[in-house]
Amino acid sequence: MNLSYLFDAAHWDPSATGSFPDLLLAHLGYVALALLIGTVIALPVGLYIGHTGRGSFIAINAGNAGRSLPTLGLLMLMVTLLGLGLLPVLIALTVLVIPPILTSAYAGMRTLDSQVVDAAKGMGMRPWQVLTRVELPMALPVLFSGFRSAALQVVATATVAAAVGLSGLGRLMIDGLAVNDYSRVLAGAIVVALLAVLLDLLLAQVQRWIVSPGVSKRF
Amino acid sequence: MITYLSNNGDTVLAALRQHIWLALVPVLLGFVIALPIGWLGVRFPWLYHPLVNVAGVLYSIPSLALFVFLPVLLGTKILSPLNIVVALTIYTVALLARTVADGLRAVDPLIVQAASAMGYRRFKRLTDVELPVALPVILAGLRSATVANISLVSVGALIGVGGLGQLFTRGFQLFYLEPIFVGIILSVLLAAAADGIIVLIQRALTPWTRA
Repeated sequence: MNLSYLFDAAHWDPSATGSFPDLLLAHLGYVALALLIGTVIALPVGLYIGHTGRGSFIAINAGNAGRSLPTLGLLMLMVTLLGLGLLPVLIALTVLVIPPILTSAYAGMRTLDSQVVDAAKGMGMRPWQVLTRVELPMALPVLFSGFRSAALQVVATATVAAAVGLSGLGRLMIDGLAVNDYSRVLAGAIVVALLAVLLDLLLAQVQRWIVSPGVSKRF
Repeated sequence: MITYLSNNGDTVLAALRQHIWLALVPVLLGFVIALPIGWLGVRFPWLYHPLVNVAGVLYSIPSLALFVFLPVLLGTKILSPLNIVVALTIYTVALLARTVADGLRAVDPLIVQAASAMGYRRFKRLTDVELPVALPVILAGLRSATVANISLVSVGALIGVGGLGQLFTRGFQLFYLEPIFVGIILSVLLAAAADGIIVLIQRALTPWTRA
């Protein structure tokens, strides 16, 4: 296992383009942007469908359709349609974020105990209060696990996005393969795998923090 | 699209055939490996959390990273289809081992006690009672693993073996939409077909769920 590329100090200089910090930052940027846009679009729709029960069909099928879309095909389709650049890749990434968040927001709202919602209404809460103080906190575990799988999928797909000319950690693998520099390929694989694993652990911790102890039964 | 298909029918069919192999062999292998692992997670309860955590970590590794990392571990050539098969098998096991454990854990203890009282030994009880009762949960996991595998195979095209993914890279290199459209449509249809087949298998195997 040749790790010379990974441990070469020159590749860790934050100011150099193509260094690990530079690529990592670009990678995280794409992930954050796609998650943000995707959440802003999918969360309200999922919550609305779950809250009212109208359009359940969309929420259930969005999840299935999203899982079966080949990510590489979607990326290459967007770039072929719109040309090289950040926008087509961002659209593809956002399209992948929407289904898991939409479906989990819907599922979180649907699995709520209806008696709890009735009790909240009976206590005189307004619909908005019922949503923000009762339904959302109780739907949060399911909702957040959807967010976690969306985040992982975007990290993976942003790696693939290097094949359509974008920056990010996938560059190391795509460029390394192109010039037969296997040490670079390996460095890219290790760094991106570590990033995904750490991000998942971090989000699991965040989930523990933000889920109300009354819901997670940890007092 | 019709002209593209009639001119390149053989290429598309070969890509589709390779795609089916690369996606479904790991599903079968993964299923066979995940059953005993999931069972261990139930038989020895202290194993359950480590199992779930390891599975979660493995599942979170991006596919491209795993595809290019495996040649180092296995000593295979980077262009070998074996890398894709092993990587997707790892994902399938990671997803299914947990589902199998969850499915078995969710079996009503009263059913297990009744089976024991009727004289079932542990192994026979597992195969004749617990597994069939847990089957809907396990097969739901199998459905997501199958659909995920079918969409992941294409990424393999970036390292030269990717079934329908080769249509994507070709279309992208030539800036030509037809192969990309054909690849996406076939991939989604394949996922839907595989999903439907598992649903039919489930209906046949668990007639009591739709009494």
